[in-house]
Amino acid sequence: MLPTPSTSHVPYTLVYEPAEDSFLLLDTLSSPTSLTFHTSHFPPSSPTPLVLEIGPGSGVVLAFLTAHANHIFSRPDILTLGIDINSFACASTAKTVSLASQDHPTTSGEFLSAVQGDLTSCLRGRQVDVLVFNPPYVPTEDLPALPERLREKKEGKVTFEEESKLLELSYAGGKDGMETTDRVIDSLGDVLSERGVAYLLLCAGNKPEAVKQRIREMDNAGEGRRWKAETVGTSGRQAGWEKLQIVRIWRE
Amino acid sequence: MKLLTLNFLTCAVKTCKSSSDSFPLHPKDAELASDDVEVNPELLVNLLPRLDWKALKTTSAEVFLPSCIYPLGFPQLPDSPPTIEQLQSDDKLLKDLHSLLMETNLMEGKLVCGVCGHEYAVREGIPNFLLPSHLV
Repeated sequence: MLPTPSTSHVPYTLVYEPAEDSFLLLDTLSSPTSLTFHTSHFPPSSPTPLVLEIGPGSGVVLAFLTAHANHIFSRPDILTLGIDINSFACASTAKTVSLASQDHPTTSGEFLSAVQGDLTSCLRGRQVDVLVFNPPYVPTEDLPALPERLREKKEGKVTFEEESKLLELSYAGGKDGMETTDRVIDSLGDVLSERGVAYLLLCAGNKPEAVKQRIREMDNAGEGRRWKAETVGTSGRQAGWEKLQIVRIWRE
Repeated sequence: MKLLTLNFLTCAVKTCKSSSDSFPLHPKDAELASDDVEVNPELLVNLLPRLDWKALKTTSAEVFLPSCIYPLGFPQLPDSPPTIEQLQSDDKLLKDLHSLLMETNLMEGKLVCGVCGHEYAVREGIPNFLLPSHLV
């Protein structure tokens, strides 16, 4: 078991606290079968892979991937990047990753930056080799918006209403819990490199079988190639259904 | 943020993306900081083939303007990327690239789009790419 990065400095009134979904990602990404996949997908002397996490929150998953790069990707030369809409999450992520990296200097990749942004809108096309997304997946009536004042980091105390909005943003997924995830799925063809692979967390309420089918039928994989979408990690069985699962997505 | 991050970012405005002028973004009023990172030749060798060299050259020329004081003065990058052999045999080049790519951080300032002119603020090392609602 690779050690879980410390997040004791993270303000949990403003940033999503690591939970079962985060830990499922850690377990799945560091499993022996993932290692085999990564080793054949990103062989040691191929160009340095760029790893992106969308919505890293506390930064626990990105810090884990960075600090244990050599165990997870069988090479320490990876670059990592986090993009979060919440500026407090960006600051938390930067700190969590840098602490974990310092603790594991011989196996760690290089952390580029935490960026405040809306999903992948600020990325140059087709650069990402590994994309990780633990989305706001809970089905909700409405999709929350970031309070206008928090789009720019301003001085002053965060109000109680703003705090609850920030946390709501981390879990509320709108219709079927898929409104934000669908935007990311639609952008995969533009965001992932040719060899790119995405890890997406889904809950039973997201109708994962239908989601995987939709991905396999997307037509932007490139000539002679098709999208693959396979479940590679599950947790929390409930009435015969897996409560949470991780889907790996790539072109083949 | 590592200066190297600019090799992967563009303007967040949709209509700018089709223009080649939206990449790289141009640093303005940049305050830099240097991290002490151990040199990793293997990383640089594997990183080189995936970099946009022209963009990197632009970024390094713009960020090290005379107004920004770089303690050692940063040397100009060659017009084309060095080969792996050049990198492995030229210790100074390796160290310069290491210092530029792995150690240089942009802490404060702005990143400006060459198409729409929008300025993205960088504060405490974190750039903000959220757009005001009229630009989304």
